[in-house]
Amino acid sequence: MMETMNSQAQDKSSVVIELTGVKKRFGRQMVLRGVDLVVHEGRTLVIVGASGQGKSVIIKHMLGLIRPDRGTVKVFGRDLQRLKRRELNEIRSSFGVLFQNAALFDSMSAYDNVALPLRERTHLSEDEIHDKVMEKLALMGVEKSAEKFPAQLSGGMRKRVGLARALILDPKVVFFDEPTTGLDVHKSNELYRLFYRTQQQLGYTAVIVSHDVPKIFKLADEVALLAEGQVQGCMSPEDFQMSQQPMIRAFVEETMGHLYLSVEEEANFYA
Amino acid sequence: MRAFFEKIGYETLSFLESYGRLGLFLARTIRSLLTSAFKFRPVLSQVHFIGARSTFVILFTGLFTGMVLGLQGYYTLRKFGSEGFLGSAVALSLIRELGPVLTALMVIGRAGSAICAEIGIMRNSEQIDALECMAIDPFRYLISPKLLAGIIALPLLTAFFDVIGIFGGYLVGVGLFGINAGTYFQGMYTSVVWADIEMGLVKSLVFGLLLVWITACKGFYLHLERSGGFGAEGVSRTTTDAVVLSSVSVLVWDYLISALMM
Repeated sequence: MMETMNSQAQDKSSVVIELTGVKKRFGRQMVLRGVDLVVHEGRTLVIVGASGQGKSVIIKHMLGLIRPDRGTVKVFGRDLQRLKRRELNEIRSSFGVLFQNAALFDSMSAYDNVALPLRERTHLSEDEIHDKVMEKLALMGVEKSAEKFPAQLSGGMRKRVGLARALILDPKVVFFDEPTTGLDVHKSNELYRLFYRTQQQLGYTAVIVSHDVPKIFKLADEVALLAEGQVQGCMSPEDFQMSQQPMIRAFVEETMGHLYLSVEEEANFYA
Repeated sequence: MRAFFEKIGYETLSFLESYGRLGLFLARTIRSLLTSAFKFRPVLSQVHFIGARSTFVILFTGLFTGMVLGLQGYYTLRKFGSEGFLGSAVALSLIRELGPVLTALMVIGRAGSAICAEIGIMRNSEQIDALECMAIDPFRYLISPKLLAGIIALPLLTAFFDVIGIFGGYLVGVGLFGINAGTYFQGMYTSVVWADIEMGLVKSLVFGLLLVWITACKGFYLHLERSGGFGAEGVSRTTTDAVVLSSVSVLVWDYLISALMM
């Protein structure tokens, strides 16, 4: 009994983000119908689900970009809706975000994109900023493209520069919104390796929204399925793949089933 | 019947929403101007974009406006035997009305549309979200330098417009119709008083604020447009709306300021 209570207390203390009963409607469309989700410190949560289910909307709630109609979003134990802008910005200082299309500022070079948070949020000299930016660009293997503009970079390079920018202030939590969308298998694998390496180095908590099933399971500590506006289950990747919960089962079969089909079944599957 | 009232309610809410948004946008921009450290470089860069890069089009428009005023004014004044007042007529028309209004309309067409499209594309490609996630206030970083630059650049451009317009009137009146150069300038010297220049100045300051406020706000809230603000078509539609709304606002405020300062 005591052990359980200690474990619960420890579990509670390691909670970084907690969504409780979050509901969100856009116009007539109810996107989230009561989402409960917890992100633990140092762990990687992967949110999966079909397109248009509101996975990115969940990330935007966590970032404080969208306010829920009902429910609460707590980050580091603080309810985002009750915070003043200055306090919200303090919390956001410990975030890094890699957007779906990297969201680089197209009128700035890759170098200036990565330097921007340092110039705006710190009092470092230009020499110090230069050292930090080049270090991060080198970590991502794009230091030779520092002076190029986003339009001159390939999709994979844009993502790497975006990741360098997301990590430049050594964030505690990093969000990845469909990080491998538009990348080929080779580039996706490179990005996953970068993710793995940087997380090992910096020890950040990660929240990933992805379609890249089952590959993304290799990076996940926990997988959550979002369907019909609710989280249908949040568990380890192994448990997720074996789960008998009908919606999770259907999702696993839909996304991974063809990996185990016979030649005849596969022919029918693609017919 | 119910549909009729629903339509009225929908339109009223839509109206209140968009104008409320405009008010809040200005309040947040002014607050960011007052509460954060002033950065000279971004403002200078925007003065260059809104002001310096509009100089040629303003000089060109101002010259031909002055020439048209000279031409029309000469034929009208000749009917009353008052050609000597041509300098006064050209200068007063330009300084009090045409200078500030035409300058604002030209800058809306050149820079205002670009401001709206730039910010709208930044909104669509999540660049504004990225700023917020980096704890960088987009109002301080993106909007307030543009607003300040508009307020600085418009009076300067209006002054250029007025001067080149007066020169245009001189070319037609003195060069073409043979009015005495001394008469042209003396009439202007005696009739233009400080109150006229003050009115032009106030108008250009207000128009500078209006054009950046409306075009930037439209781009910033592109995603909230009821007609749908996404994609290239959304940006183009919102930019057109912003140009129309800011141009109409300039004309409405021109009347209001004239009525108040007469």
